[in-house]
Amino acid sequence: MELYRSHVLVCGGTGCSSSGSANLIERFEQQLKEKGLENEVKVVRTGCFGLCEAGPVVIVYPEGTFYSRVKVDDVDEIVSEHLLKGRKVQRLIYVDHKTKESSAQKSLAEIGFYKQQQRVALRNCGVIDPENIDEYIAFDGYRALAKALTEMTPEQVIKEVLDSGLRGRGGAGFPTGKKWQFARASKAEQKYFVCNADEGDPGAFMDRSLLEGDPHAILEAMAIGGYAIGASEGWIYVRAEYPIAVKRLEKAIAQARDYGLLGENIFDTGFNFDIHIRLGAGAFVCGEETALMASIEGRRGEPKPKPPFPAVKGLFESPTNINNVETLGNIAQIILKGADWFKSIGTPASTGTKVFALGGKINNTGLVEIPMGTPLRTIIEDIGGGIPNGKKFKAVQTGGPSGGCIPASLLDIPVEYDTLTSVGAMMGSGGMIVMDEDNCMVDIARFFLDFTVDESCGKCTPCRVGTRRMLEILQRITEGKGEEGDIEKLEELAESIKSSALCGLGQTAPNPVLSTIKFFRDEYEAHIREKRCPAHHCQALLNYVITDKCRGCTACARKCPVGCISGELKGQHVIDTSKCIKCGTCIATCKFGAIIKE
Amino acid sequence: MPDNKEKYAQLEEAIAKHKGERGAVMPVLQEAMNIFGYVPKDVQEKIAEGLGVTLAEVFGVSTFYSQFSLEPKGEYVIDVCLGTACYVKGSQKIIDKLAEELKIEPGHTTPDGKFTLNATRCLGACGLAPVMMINGEVYGRLTPDQIPAILDKYRAM
Repeated sequence: MELYRSHVLVCGGTGCSSSGSANLIERFEQQLKEKGLENEVKVVRTGCFGLCEAGPVVIVYPEGTFYSRVKVDDVDEIVSEHLLKGRKVQRLIYVDHKTKESSAQKSLAEIGFYKQQQRVALRNCGVIDPENIDEYIAFDGYRALAKALTEMTPEQVIKEVLDSGLRGRGGAGFPTGKKWQFARASKAEQKYFVCNADEGDPGAFMDRSLLEGDPHAILEAMAIGGYAIGASEGWIYVRAEYPIAVKRLEKAIAQARDYGLLGENIFDTGFNFDIHIRLGAGAFVCGEETALMASIEGRRGEPKPKPPFPAVKGLFESPTNINNVETLGNIAQIILKGADWFKSIGTPASTGTKVFALGGKINNTGLVEIPMGTPLRTIIEDIGGGIPNGKKFKAVQTGGPSGGCIPASLLDIPVEYDTLTSVGAMMGSGGMIVMDEDNCMVDIARFFLDFTVDESCGKCTPCRVGTRRMLEILQRITEGKGEEGDIEKLEELAESIKSSALCGLGQTAPNPVLSTIKFFRDEYEAHIREKRCPAHHCQALLNYVITDKCRGCTACARKCPVGCISGELKGQHVIDTSKCIKCGTCIATCKFGAIIKE
Repeated sequence: MPDNKEKYAQLEEAIAKHKGERGAVMPVLQEAMNIFGYVPKDVQEKIAEGLGVTLAEVFGVSTFYSQFSLEPKGEYVIDVCLGTACYVKGSQKIIDKLAEELKIEPGHTTPDGKFTLNATRCLGACGLAPVMMINGEVYGRLTPDQIPAILDKYRAM
């Protein structure tokens, strides 16, 4: 193995790739070659570092210098100053949003964003080269599989997972060990172990990051699971929207087969296990396990009533176990370090850590992994660095289209499965979208219903018709046509859909509406009774008004597409609200901030 | 660009490759999408015939999943993310601006066949919200006033 004096780690995660990190790598390699450093410094494209806000991110080791928002033009300077002369490029070093402190003298773990995090599932993301199996092996990769196959019986593996208290990270939180037990108990010639990588919740990208940043961890966990339940075949169902994840999985599977870590007679134990990939084609409902299996079978992804549960009759009519990506990301560590270690993290009913995709109106958008039980406030204020532009926090949405909005008054609750459910939200897959005072909660409810209506597969009536009726009511309310009794009608519809829909999609679809009614009923009432949107968001309920800050520069009047602004030069202008189409051009044009929506 | 005859030959190949495989309809449709850019009726008929399933079955699958398009798409496909993180950061205004500039509604293609405008599900680039993608190229941290210049770049191509 070759040794290098420095490593340049360039984030190849979703966010950083989207902002051009691939070009950085190319430039680094070219510059290093030019300076004759290609045998001294190695450039590695890693998985997600988590702090997407600062992307594209570059870290130089052994110093651990954290460069943020690096552009292609900055690369030459990093190479010639830092890598050649040993002088860090101060202007590119990450500065903490909240404390305004430079991270120049700090290690990564001391930066505000990382300080309270604990990485178990994401342990290798941003550390190793995901396309190189040797790097995974160097970080204890496939040791857990070796331990399971050579030192443990399938029952012992299941017991370890059961004792760890690991619960499904895809949303519902069912104990993983129990699932494995059920699948083990089913007798059949052929069983299947399926990985659900159909990450469809808007605003959640932890599974994607894990697949892209540490694909071997998922393969290893599937092989361990296959051994535990008695399956020789595994399937990964992954969204086609994640081409990099698919590519890395294919590569990882080929490497593992090459090393004899997948295939026949693994570790000479007589255990056979191989993995296939199947691509989704853009249907949210396929995240539901029975729909997912229908889709692997090449059919319309429509869910089936349970029972029979997949553990009894699943893929191709055979007993099947199905786990989410992040759940699997924990397995190897549990086998290696033991159930007691895992249980020591988190709370008694929610053990371990959870990865959240922090997004929306928050300073540090990105991926965070925290011990279960961490207060929501810590995530928003300390790790997330608070709300940008001096705005006020209003709510945080968890659980995507199945979840709910948590208001400021509940910010001190611990993040764990049962607490979140008790306040009408849910853990979900881990999307965490922060909203500020400018976001209208009725509109957010409408947004999620619009999503579920679109994604409803149409098989059962409560979901197909019921959610549409709810959406129509919400649409009316946001357009200022709400009527007395609408809130009650929404609640009634919600209850009947929840109790009668066929699958999880329908049963949870009303949650965003119910939780916003519960905590933000006054906003609904303002829309309905006063025809007013308190967040000044719903276009139909707004009037544009010019205040006395107006200097009479006439810029807005010239830009207005319908000519509804009038006034003398250097005198305060007025908007004729009867003609105004509320397009917002005037606000964008005004240099004095004189035009407001009210 | 391969002519039609060549495309149909590629389709035959794809069918032969997956024939006999369990659940072959979806992978073959995915390959057909890559070959033709959409899956017109005659392509679906060929798939049904080739795999020995009914046309109803193929049509059922092709209309269920949003990635299978029954109509041809524009030269440049614009996907605007309407995931939650982008939505709370104003992606609706981005798609409104695009619709205004291109004079088409989301889900449609301009008459000259140059642009298709789509509202899409979460692209997983929430750190860059609001985000759009044009033929795979990602544009992040967008504001509506950046749109005309971005479109001009593609109009000139």
